[in-house]
Amino acid sequence: MSGSALDPKTAPVFPMAARTAMKDGQLRRNVRHATDVIQAKRARVVAEMPDWQELREAGKQIRQHTMENLDFYLEEFEANCTRAGGVVHWARDAAEARQIIVGLVKASGSEEVIKIKSMTTEEIQLNSALEAAGIHPYETDLAELIIQLGRDQPSHIVVPALHKNRQQIREIFQREMNLPKLGERPEDLADAARIFLREKFLRVKTGVSGANFLVAETGGVCIVESEGNGRMCLTLPETLITVAGIDKVVPRFTDLEVLFQLLPRSATGERMNPYNSIWTGVNAEDGPRTFHVVLMDNARTEILADAEGRQTLNCIRCGACQNACPVYRQTGGHAYGSVYAGPIGAILTPQLQEMHHAQSLPYASSLCGACYEVCPVKINIPEVLIHLRNKVVKQNGPLNVEALAMKMMGMIFLSEQRFRAAQRMGRMAEAPLVRRDEKGEGWIGWLPGMLGGWTNVRDLQEMPQETFRDWWKKRGTHGS
Amino acid sequence: MNLKSCETEAILRVALFIACYNDTLFPDTGKAVVRVLERLGHTVEFPAGQTCCGQMHWNTGYQSEALPLVKRFVEQFRGAEAVVVPSSSCVAMMRDHYPKMAAEIGDAALIADVSLLLPHVFEFSEFLIKRLGVEDVGAYYPHRVTYHASCHGLRNLGLGDGPVRLLKAVRGIDLVELNALEQCCGFGGTFAVKNADVSSAMLEEKTGAVLATGAEVCTACDNSCLMHIQGALHRQKTGVKTLHLAEILAADEGAGL
Repeated sequence: MSGSALDPKTAPVFPMAARTAMKDGQLRRNVRHATDVIQAKRARVVAEMPDWQELREAGKQIRQHTMENLDFYLEEFEANCTRAGGVVHWARDAAEARQIIVGLVKASGSEEVIKIKSMTTEEIQLNSALEAAGIHPYETDLAELIIQLGRDQPSHIVVPALHKNRQQIREIFQREMNLPKLGERPEDLADAARIFLREKFLRVKTGVSGANFLVAETGGVCIVESEGNGRMCLTLPETLITVAGIDKVVPRFTDLEVLFQLLPRSATGERMNPYNSIWTGVNAEDGPRTFHVVLMDNARTEILADAEGRQTLNCIRCGACQNACPVYRQTGGHAYGSVYAGPIGAILTPQLQEMHHAQSLPYASSLCGACYEVCPVKINIPEVLIHLRNKVVKQNGPLNVEALAMKMMGMIFLSEQRFRAAQRMGRMAEAPLVRRDEKGEGWIGWLPGMLGGWTNVRDLQEMPQETFRDWWKKRGTHGS
Repeated sequence: MNLKSCETEAILRVALFIACYNDTLFPDTGKAVVRVLERLGHTVEFPAGQTCCGQMHWNTGYQSEALPLVKRFVEQFRGAEAVVVPSSSCVAMMRDHYPKMAAEIGDAALIADVSLLLPHVFEFSEFLIKRLGVEDVGAYYPHRVTYHASCHGLRNLGLGDGPVRLLKAVRGIDLVELNALEQCCGFGGTFAVKNADVSSAMLEEKTGAVLATGAEVCTACDNSCLMHIQGALHRQKTGVKTLHLAEILAADEGAGL
């Protein structure tokens, strides 16, 4: 995985990628440990909120209202941001966004940029575009720095290096920072990163960020973070370039009151983020002299047009669904073949690809509903997964083994006679596969084709000789 | 609940929706439901034309195959005083999706029928606790048992501690709590074959938790999860059985355990 970008266009299907990921015992231990720790922290700070469910509902209403009036709020943001001295650019897709940003960095006269952790820049593979243009990007978030120095890829929205443990991080720092004697205590690693980054903060004149929220009412842009690296990138450079999906807008400044409670508790289990930065345009006395914001569509308009898929855009990128997901827990993020992993990735990625790629992702879920339960803006992820499965089925057409079997089952369920006949035939068909165990019970230990996935680790008990409806019929004739 | 309210509780005519896979693979669960409900003084009916709620088709993305099954269910159960279903995922299917499905079909009469019928549809443990208001159903089961909270019962139906309260009222039972109760067992219908490796890894955690309790029996409100868990417990030759909650509640001194 290392080095190559997480690109849904070329990624292997989820079951294959998951199989590969699950062979890495260290990765699985790291992911389980990290998600357990974050989940426990989240549970504690959520439990102390008496109005958590009301907050979730408020968050959902804010996001839903925004999406229903997105054109209005985007134009309001553009007007207010421009009035405050910002320059707003519109990008239709990832290629256009990359082109605009590379052009802006070049115009700033810098051959380097310092970056704040941004999944949107990962989505558009900005770093490789910058490098191709001879511009060196420095990731300044600790986890993103680990990923960059390790030539790795993020595996989680909020905690991108969650698949690495302390020893692995030390090895990366020892090698890449040329510090052979570096210890593995958290403070050793933090000190090394601080020294490495401080020099970049002070030297590099251009910063690139994403955005947590864009406030339409004020034209302000908001970033929340834990390390202070973001505050450095937002205040020290002469030029600041922000790229944000058009879904990041919120109507009013006071909406942040709700979202600032939901996001940190859901994301990192903190009551509030240590650093909450909001900046509006430019200020002659302080901060960057030039501020650009690139508003990027990249298929979000298509998602918005789909009444059932639309709620995907309500996401505020907290990653709580990833921590709660029993599938993500087993595989980690890379198996999803996208920077957006876990349940939200399983619905967002195929839609960002306009259903041309990543069709295995909607099936990467047991529909257990743990994601919906923790989502701070109540995105019904299982419902969207089912909706996308239906789209995949329609794309695949009627002429394949699964579709034909499903069609036949559908016919069987529409008639009692056919259902009874199918029950009888099932018993006959399975008979050659049934073996007796030591208690004399009949069990099937091998099934053909796709069903073999079941019998790899599970047996299947033989069908009983009498169905319930046969028993009921007999019982009815002589009473109980 | 006091005895008086028990006596004044009307005798209900309960329509049983057994669920296609229980009918075919787990008839004993259906028999147990009948036994419990009759022991409590209610009568049970079994509309013969019932087949499947449509969950498998709907959840796998085959919506056009699932839609006609809504109509079929309504035709079979229209006007029932109470519909009892010993499968939490089927009830979740109906409650979460039938109104939307009826709307998609666009048949005004069906939309009305669905909204009239759904408030009378209960998952088995939910019917006992919420509709009848009973916890002690007169069961006797002298075994060590652990309860697995199936996802749809836990999250979609909000069964909460209802099933555990029913189990606690069983005489002779040694009920032990399952670690990581809220974790999915990894079944998920076609997920278990489409993503067999991930499903197996999830199952391994679940069976590990079951074995750690030292229970003889793992129970739940959904035989689909239990079939999955049982499949691994049998493969591993653990000797631990799975049994639907209804079968434990149906057991009594006379039942010949």
